[in-house]
Amino acid sequence: MDAHASVGHAELEIPYNVHPRPDTGVYNAKLGIWLFLASEVMLFGALFSSLILLRTGAESWPRGYEFLNVKLATFNTFILILSSVTVVMAWSHLRLGNLKKGRIYISATVLCALIFLVAKGFEYSHEFSEHRLPKTNNFLGIYFTMTGLHGLHILGGVIVFLYFLGPGAKMWAHDPERYTNRIEVVGLYWHFVDLVWIFLFPILYLM
Amino acid sequence: MGLRRQIRVGSQWMYADEAHRALREALRVMDDEHSEHGGHHQPWIRRYVFSTDHKWIGIQYGFTALCFLLLGFCLMILMRLQLGWPGQPFAIMKLLGATRAPGGILLPEAYNQLGAMHGTIMIFLGIVPLAVGAFGNYLVPLQIGAPDMAFPKLNMASYWCYLPGGLIMLASFLAPGGTAQSGWTSYPPLSVIASQGQTWWLIGMVFLITSSLLGSVNFIVTIIQLRAKGLSYMRFPFFVHAQFVTSFLLLLAFPPLEAAAVLQLMDRLAGTSFFLPSGLVVSGQALTNAGGGNPLLWQHLFWFLAHPEVYVLILPAMGIVAEIIANGTRKPLWGYKSMVFATVFLGFMSFVVWAHHMFLTGMGTTISAFFQTTTMIISIPSVIILSSLFISLWGGSIRFTTPMLFALAFLPMFGIGGLTGLPLGLAAADIHLHDTYYVIGHFHYVVAPGTIFAMFAGIYYWFPKATGRKLNEFWGRVHFWISFVCINGIFFPMFAQGLAGVSRRLYDGGMQYQHAKQIAAQTNPFMSICAIGLLAAQVPFIFNFFYNAIAAAFGNRDEGLGSNPWGATTMEWAATTSPPLAHGNFEVLPVVYRGPYEYSVPGSEVDFIPQHQPAAIEPAPRGGLLPEKAVAMREN
Amino acid sequence: MTDPAAAVEPGVDVHEHAGVGDPNAHHHSPEQIRAEMRVYLTVFFGLAALTAVTVGAFYALKGFPVRTAIIVALIIASIKGFLVAGFFMHLLSEKKVIYGVLILTVVFFIFLMTLPISHHANPFGS
Repeated sequence: MDAHASVGHAELEIPYNVHPRPDTGVYNAKLGIWLFLASEVMLFGALFSSLILLRTGAESWPRGYEFLNVKLATFNTFILILSSVTVVMAWSHLRLGNLKKGRIYISATVLCALIFLVAKGFEYSHEFSEHRLPKTNNFLGIYFTMTGLHGLHILGGVIVFLYFLGPGAKMWAHDPERYTNRIEVVGLYWHFVDLVWIFLFPILYLM
Repeated sequence: MGLRRQIRVGSQWMYADEAHRALREALRVMDDEHSEHGGHHQPWIRRYVFSTDHKWIGIQYGFTALCFLLLGFCLMILMRLQLGWPGQPFAIMKLLGATRAPGGILLPEAYNQLGAMHGTIMIFLGIVPLAVGAFGNYLVPLQIGAPDMAFPKLNMASYWCYLPGGLIMLASFLAPGGTAQSGWTSYPPLSVIASQGQTWWLIGMVFLITSSLLGSVNFIVTIIQLRAKGLSYMRFPFFVHAQFVTSFLLLLAFPPLEAAAVLQLMDRLAGTSFFLPSGLVVSGQALTNAGGGNPLLWQHLFWFLAHPEVYVLILPAMGIVAEIIANGTRKPLWGYKSMVFATVFLGFMSFVVWAHHMFLTGMGTTISAFFQTTTMIISIPSVIILSSLFISLWGGSIRFTTPMLFALAFLPMFGIGGLTGLPLGLAAADIHLHDTYYVIGHFHYVVAPGTIFAMFAGIYYWFPKATGRKLNEFWGRVHFWISFVCINGIFFPMFAQGLAGVSRRLYDGGMQYQHAKQIAAQTNPFMSICAIGLLAAQVPFIFNFFYNAIAAAFGNRDEGLGSNPWGATTMEWAATTSPPLAHGNFEVLPVVYRGPYEYSVPGSEVDFIPQHQPAAIEPAPRGGLLPEKAVAMREN
Repeated sequence: MTDPAAAVEPGVDVHEHAGVGDPNAHHHSPEQIRAEMRVYLTVFFGLAALTAVTVGAFYALKGFPVRTAIIVALIIASIKGFLVAGFFMHLLSEKKVIYGVLILTVVFFIFLMTLPISHHANPFGS
């Protein structure tokens, strides 16, 4: 990617947007998403830290498995891991130049995500119907807050994936490499969301 | 590389290639203005409202932040009127309405609202957006030779998260029961049971934190990925290092506060008890919530951010001062390498000192000793940076321009602020000083005659780059001297007040307490008068700023100024015009051949060599002209 | 077209890790990519198995003290996390700059996890 600024063009050419910079070895969005994920580690970390502090300071702390739906959550864990595989397969197919297969796998990812959210919805409504609300005790408070925030992150990912299935797919026509990079970057975000759940599941449901 | 040909254009000598470039650019601009279908004729709203150009976004941030700074200052003036003359009616208080100031006398609840919002507005809506959003955005891509930020649209999104966040904060004043009134620190349980305004405060904070996060990602990627060829890390202007570390602080320290804000919103809106202990009784009535929470949890999460936050406030300021001192002394910074390593170390340590704000929360001796130790250690890099800046003055040929005056004043002022922090960092001394006016004096010294003076220095210094006009020197000096005297008059007595035991956040300034009455009565009126003087000192600055900004907007440049009126070496001055090219910053991206502060290089005809210049300037063809040009620049 | 910066800055050393190549090099052969896809599938089955182990261990450790259960669960979760991060997010073959950012983050994460609770564990008078 040559490092000339293009004066007089409609859109400014930013160097290393698509091809990696030689000395760092990464392209801009790759570094950008990892930095963003670093901040997300601190965000969820703060909530984990809050959980630890609240739990150790509590006189009594209910056990998640006593009333939460462990089976549904286990199912959800499988679904999310599956969605991680589908997105990395999507990216691989795009690298092979196959937009069609890429889109199929992205759609599979979205499907898994929606199944996760629906299952979550069932879980929440069951808890509410048993009068287990965030305000009932701090365990439930932190449970709803952490899974809720996680769920919002899933929703955010779904919206971005839908964009890339829809209007965003036009980019493939004139810049397939850039499109592939975008899917890689969203995929990294998606794996992180899966990673958070991998820790959330045992800590909230099994301890 | 050989001699570069110079030609005379009007009254100025220019390098021939620069002259040709300028001519090409002038023709392009003319062409642009005359063509309807010229490639990038943007609609007004995309060019000036939702701009993706880092320079314009920097100006948006700057203008918005200065307005917020003035607002926060006015809130403080109202507070100081109450502190100087407690219980007295003031006509101006009537602006706050009958619920807050019946008959023009400020109520204690209203005083608390002013206090909480003064702090919040100054820090989150004023200084950080100015230091990072304005100066950082405008200068970093130029200083590293980049065409723009790595993610221009994300940059635009950052500003458009900041502005709504700020407006939500302002809207909180209209909430029933008033705005947030639990301090800028929003400690629970008070903040959880506070009125609706606190909820708006929390929502506003979420917007502001998001804006910061997006911005910090942009800065870090830009600095690492888009720096020009030849610009290694140790050739960065110190300002870029400062912004780099600041961005890491914003990136990694803000999320816990975002988490805390979510938890507090849950406590307030969903009835959870994350921060509410069991058995809490408010106004005689026991709370019905589940309890079991911990107010200290908020303090940990809050200060985890808020301590790195104070380094976010000071590092860009140090960056600005470093640039101006190197330029104003015509010599390289002393100890540049140490300053860089000190900055990085400072950034790292800032994550492990936060509980020195919590020494009085019932901490045991082990944990107190730990935080006391880390706090003492973190003072070392600050000392290294300040000392290096002081030593940089030695042997310099100092030009006492307005930016230099502000930059020089920064040094002892930050020194006082830093030194007065030491007793606060020592747990034993902090027992006496915590939550007194000593703390207020300490942090205001660092932020007000510290950071804000550096901000002023930066405005006077870079105004010609952004507009092509210099601010008026005479009124700049008036602004400086009156501000300098008044600001010390406000904050220095606070140390005495604090040592005498005057607590902070008292709406009568201590008059209700026997031990505080005398010193409060002796010092508060004087401090309030100085505050009014400080406000008056800003008037010439505001006029100076707007007069010249509007003149520049109408195309009235300073004809004789040139693109590098201060004779500076860094790329934002030397490689582009004033103001810089609208699109892409540089005709051709510069290549860097040398360090950032090649001033007064022995053997050079001119007393500065820009970073992107391959060889020293050779004498002008007819001899004697170029040294004169250098003299003319020195005189400027 | 070569990048002018390459003339001045040192080049990248591309090194292959088992089955997963440098994700940033954009001239991978189709065979390499297909090999990576097989690795991803293997990792998926590993993750699925570990999820079953997580739940199984939970039932098996019912009678044991909570601390043991927590430690075992965290170990299994860490292994799963390592697989996701290392293979799906190709961290195992990522560049130094990314590692650097993450190591810094991990250090601060550890501060955030340990220091508040150590305050709690060392109250005044203890």
